[in-house]
Amino acid sequence: MSVSARSAAAEERSVNSSTMGQQKNLEGYVGFANLPNQVYRKSVKRGFEFTLMVVGESGLGKSTLINSLFLTDLYSPEYPGPSHRIKKTVQVEQSKVLIKEGGVQLLLTIVDTPGFGDAVDNSNCWQPVIDYIDSKFEDYLNAESRVNRRQMPDNRVQCCLYFIAPSGHGLKPLDIEFMKRLHEKVNIIPLIAKADTLTPEECQQFKKQIMKEIQEHKIKIYEFPETDDEEENKLVKKIKDRLPLAVVGSNTIIEVNGKRVRGRQYPWGVAEVENGEHCDFTILRNMLIRTHMQDLKDVTNNVHYENYRSRKLAAVTYNGVDNNKNKGQLTKSPLAQMEEERREHVAKMKKMEMEMEQVFEMKVKEKVQKLKDSEAENLGKEQEEREDLLNSLLTTSYVLVANMPAWTSVFVGSV
Amino acid sequence: MLIIQNEELRNLSLSGHVGFDSLPDQLVNKSTSQGFCFNILCVGETGIGKSTLMDTLFNTKFESDPATHNEPGVRLKARSYELQESNVRLKLTIVDTVGFGDQINKDDSYKPIVEYIDAQFEAYLQEELKIKRSLFNYHDTRIHACLYFIAPTGHSLKSLDLVTMKKLDSKVNIIPIIAKADTIAKNELHKFKSKIMSELVSNGVQIYQFPTDEETVAEINATMSVHLPFAVVGSTEEVKIGNKMAKARQYPWGVVQVENENHCDFVKLREMLIRVNMEDLREQTHTRHYELYRRCKLEEMGFKDTDPDSKPFSLQETYEAKRNEFLGELQKKEEEMRQMFVMRVKEKEAELKEAEKELHEKFDLLKRTHQEEKKKVEDKKKELEEEVNNFQKKKAAAQLLQSQAQQSGAQQTKKDKDKKNASFT
Repeated sequence: MSVSARSAAAEERSVNSSTMGQQKNLEGYVGFANLPNQVYRKSVKRGFEFTLMVVGESGLGKSTLINSLFLTDLYSPEYPGPSHRIKKTVQVEQSKVLIKEGGVQLLLTIVDTPGFGDAVDNSNCWQPVIDYIDSKFEDYLNAESRVNRRQMPDNRVQCCLYFIAPSGHGLKPLDIEFMKRLHEKVNIIPLIAKADTLTPEECQQFKKQIMKEIQEHKIKIYEFPETDDEEENKLVKKIKDRLPLAVVGSNTIIEVNGKRVRGRQYPWGVAEVENGEHCDFTILRNMLIRTHMQDLKDVTNNVHYENYRSRKLAAVTYNGVDNNKNKGQLTKSPLAQMEEERREHVAKMKKMEMEMEQVFEMKVKEKVQKLKDSEAENLGKEQEEREDLLNSLLTTSYVLVANMPAWTSVFVGSV
Repeated sequence: MLIIQNEELRNLSLSGHVGFDSLPDQLVNKSTSQGFCFNILCVGETGIGKSTLMDTLFNTKFESDPATHNEPGVRLKARSYELQESNVRLKLTIVDTVGFGDQINKDDSYKPIVEYIDAQFEAYLQEELKIKRSLFNYHDTRIHACLYFIAPTGHSLKSLDLVTMKKLDSKVNIIPIIAKADTIAKNELHKFKSKIMSELVSNGVQIYQFPTDEETVAEINATMSVHLPFAVVGSTEEVKIGNKMAKARQYPWGVVQVENENHCDFVKLREMLIRVNMEDLREQTHTRHYELYRRCKLEEMGFKDTDPDSKPFSLQETYEAKRNEFLGELQKKEEEMRQMFVMRVKEKEAELKEAEKELHEKFDLLKRTHQEEKKKVEDKKKELEEEVNNFQKKKAAAQLLQSQAQQSGAQQTKKDKDKKNASFT
């Protein structure tokens, strides 16, 4: 879904812009070039939010990596990491921290899953994660659908760092299962944890194997967007070639060649966290925080959330029945759908009414006609009788009248 | 499944440069690559200078045929343009009120304007409510700013102005401007502005407030607000001032320079409308005016946020409730129709029965009348027959007498005749 959605969106954008207004050249400075600054200003005032989920078996260095990424003690003895908080069942827990840098405020929510993959039987250990993500979508959907909408807090999970154990062989069944179930709900960034246990060659092999398996199982991990910028695209290609990123984290600072660096001290040397030749940590940090954080939020909002929303609303409108039949009509809102159904029903009723009217009229006509006919018949008979009678009377009268003069003369004569 | 929420919000300090201070830039880059859109509505009488002002503001010639004064009503004409300045692409839509103020009866003048604004809100709302929607690349046609052109009478607002602005103030950001301000003298202008502002206040018209909550722009916005309504002059003609060409209007008594702040407030308008508050105008339209429209529309359709027990509805419940209501309504209508029909059938039946009864009665009456007639006729016939009989009898008797008389008479006549004849021999 993410792939096609992104390209479809880009297509739509270009279509939209081409069907719009005429191009006009400006003969002087107007000033709307200042718009980006206005947007910048407002966004700084508003502040930023980001929700990051970390998933992986215990002991893979998740807490250390988070601390390294954000250069702060998010996890500490007072606030222990997920590996120290395992309960009997898989939990999904969140903690919020507020960090500031360069005038920019970030409300960071870290969601972790203590107990994930640690039991003997890990069937369905992904279910609490799915439920958590869905519940955040649900909260947002309800907030968005209220009549009175206020500031909508956005707690949707915008990125999921999935830690793969550095076995060196391939993905575990649990890894595959988890990613398959969550790739359409959240941006998954798979990481090879504790990468300092793999030599560069082993790491290369491992990465190749993992990517092959990801493709085989049609898992859609987070995709970096194409830009119009050639330079940027080159960088993106470089990152893509190194997926999944192999990371090392550290809470300790060590001095190496006079420099103070974060690293892991071994008898045979220091594995430096921020050294590009030692691991991909820097790439991860740059990509996750410095360049693609906004895009992760956008994809969550425009793709994953919209998928959830349309599935949820489609179910409501059709009551789970005939979802597939009516897929083509999903461009309407449920209310518009109801309106249409209402109109159809009104039309149907009108037709029914008309038909009934017709039948009614016809029957009335029949009855009236029958009455008329019987009346006419009876009248006719009566008329006939009457006429006969009158005729006979008339005949008799004629006879009388006709013979009157004769008889009169007889009388006269006889007198 | 248990979700334990760590409600405490911790403020943490960073031990190095993480890099999320680039977030505003990431956001800006995304917005810029998508392009911006801005929609201006110009409300004002024909010939007041709306088109010229747009041309002046945006330093270009937007084609428009000047309207006549003969329009039968107010209609809205929208035109879209693609503008670009450095790397910023702007889709500008200018909506004009053609024929505003020209009719004799202007009672309904505001209606097409309100309808247009509402229609754009409605289109957005429909998109927002769709099951499969694409809001992120929706072409936003909602009006972000309404420039209301006040005629430079020098006295006060016209009643049409007050009525119209009152109808629009809860739907759009109104920025009132005095048009053709080069016809008002300096001393009159100040009084005119005060009068206008006090009339707006006393009539409760809410015009757009330049935001003063952000420190970077609070000062400039506050300073500019004092000059409302902006007295503007528009011109696309250029006149040589000193050694530069400037937009101006040349009169025998001098040259009015559009961009000279001593001559008019054009620069202030451009500053406020475009360079400082364009994004705020868009935001206010979305978060205030649109939300108000949406709230009213949804309440009209019967949506509520809480059920009678004040528990919040989930979206699903709301839709299901609506659907059940809807189905119930349909069923009721069907029932009603059936009932009505049954009643009509009964009525008609009764009617027909009545008619039948009447017919029968008429028929009976007729029959009776006929019977009576028949009897009369038969009586008459009998009478006549009797008379005929009588006549026959009398005739017979008379004939007998006659023949007897004839016989004796004939003998007599013969005797008389013989006597007569004998006398002659």
